[in-house]
Amino acid sequence: MADEALKKTPLNDVEKELGGKMVDFGGWELPVQFSGILEEHDAVRTNVGLFDVSHMGEVTVKGPQALELLQRSTCNDVAKLADGRAHYNGLLYPTGGFVDDILIYQIAPDDFFVVVNASNTDKDFEWLQQAANGLDVEVKNVSADYAQLAIQGPNAESLLQPLTDVHLPNIKYYRFDRGTVNGAPAIVSRTGYTGEDGFEVYIAPEHAPALMRKLVEAGAKPCGLGARDTLRLEAKMALYGNDIDHTTTPIEADLSWIVKLEKGDFAGRDVLSREKNEGPRRKLVGFEMVDRGIARHGYPIVDGKDEIGVVTSGTHSPTLKKAIGLAYLPLDRSAQGSEFLVLIRGKETRARVVPTPFYKRTK
Amino acid sequence: MATPEDNRYAKSHEYVHIEGTVATIGITEYAQKELGDVVFVELPQVGSELEAGDELGSIESVKAVSELFAPVTGTVTEVNEALADNPALVNTDPWGDGWMIRMQVSDPSEVDELMTAEEYDEYIEKESGH
Repeated sequence: MADEALKKTPLNDVEKELGGKMVDFGGWELPVQFSGILEEHDAVRTNVGLFDVSHMGEVTVKGPQALELLQRSTCNDVAKLADGRAHYNGLLYPTGGFVDDILIYQIAPDDFFVVVNASNTDKDFEWLQQAANGLDVEVKNVSADYAQLAIQGPNAESLLQPLTDVHLPNIKYYRFDRGTVNGAPAIVSRTGYTGEDGFEVYIAPEHAPALMRKLVEAGAKPCGLGARDTLRLEAKMALYGNDIDHTTTPIEADLSWIVKLEKGDFAGRDVLSREKNEGPRRKLVGFEMVDRGIARHGYPIVDGKDEIGVVTSGTHSPTLKKAIGLAYLPLDRSAQGSEFLVLIRGKETRARVVPTPFYKRTK
Repeated sequence: MATPEDNRYAKSHEYVHIEGTVATIGITEYAQKELGDVVFVELPQVGSELEAGDELGSIESVKAVSELFAPVTGTVTEVNEALADNPALVNTDPWGDGWMIRMQVSDPSEVDELMTAEEYDEYIEKESGH
């Protein structure tokens, strides 16, 4: 593994200084953990943790027909946004499968900021550019202009407030504001990927290291990809490449709440409409293990000799202290309480469909 | 922490501590650090017969699973029951309370084929690329 080939975020040096155990994550050198996954997970659930998510991509969509482009390319209703609001959305192929799952921020009625998965940045950018053909809209990949830090946990607001002129209590869930953070211009949104209260801060790369140091000094615990994965899974937030991809639709992925058929035509609408009416072929469900063991990504679900489904994510839940996961099951096998068998290294192991999210914060 | 000199080591990071014909087997300090927080250890039944190189069980950490291999041939005489309730012992005390199984070895000379502490230290230095 040639480290030279790996992309680095602006926080790479700080992370190494803080003892981050660096790994190759889709071509990026990022910390999988600092002090340990369980400790970092717990810090986010009970206090405040800090994540470098600068590898995420950012694309701006601007112009008189910006809204039209986004409406045509996604399944959620972008017209329902207002300035200062953001939402979760699916960028879809005509087959209904995901190009990516994204966040769209409305800065102005003709100015949108789209946050995409790191490994999909080029693909999404090209996809949107192509879809923009013939429309009066400008699509730009601005990923290199932004570092992104996620400050997550019940004490995120009190820790971040002294560092910013943005009045944080005014920013409700999935809203954002612009101001300065640690003296530098930034976008601050009340969003995250942990199931906990918290903020995501977009800031120029050159200002990111000082901000990270300041936040750690103030008591935020540096967290790696390991804790990010256990936290998002407990909150049942999908991970592109694991739980969703070009072969899965938002209906199959149990994301019907982002499918707004009434908004007009969009890529994949026919497929989603049919699935909504007739039911999808398969459905993403949450499960916990009945027998001992952890079912992980890619493990087959079997019924006799037939492979009837697949585990898309699985881990030990640090909060619940049991093995949990997500899996695609045939619709008629997906009811809560149904048991099924996962092959864990060749051994049939019992698991049970349970309600999700696995973890929901109390306030 | 120094690698104990009275153990022998396998390339798959198990250690063997031999007294007479009884081998105590666990994983090394380096291995537990690489795995991170251990949450579940699957061990064989007492009485299982294992050949050197056989899979003897698995360790689940939060982030991944890894297989355990028998470094020597013999019969499992004891498994560490404490790991069922407290798998984190593998992280906190790999050389002591975090041991995994005891075996009656059939050929104690097999142990000589495993690495010494010094050889193992060199081996992990190469593997970790420092």
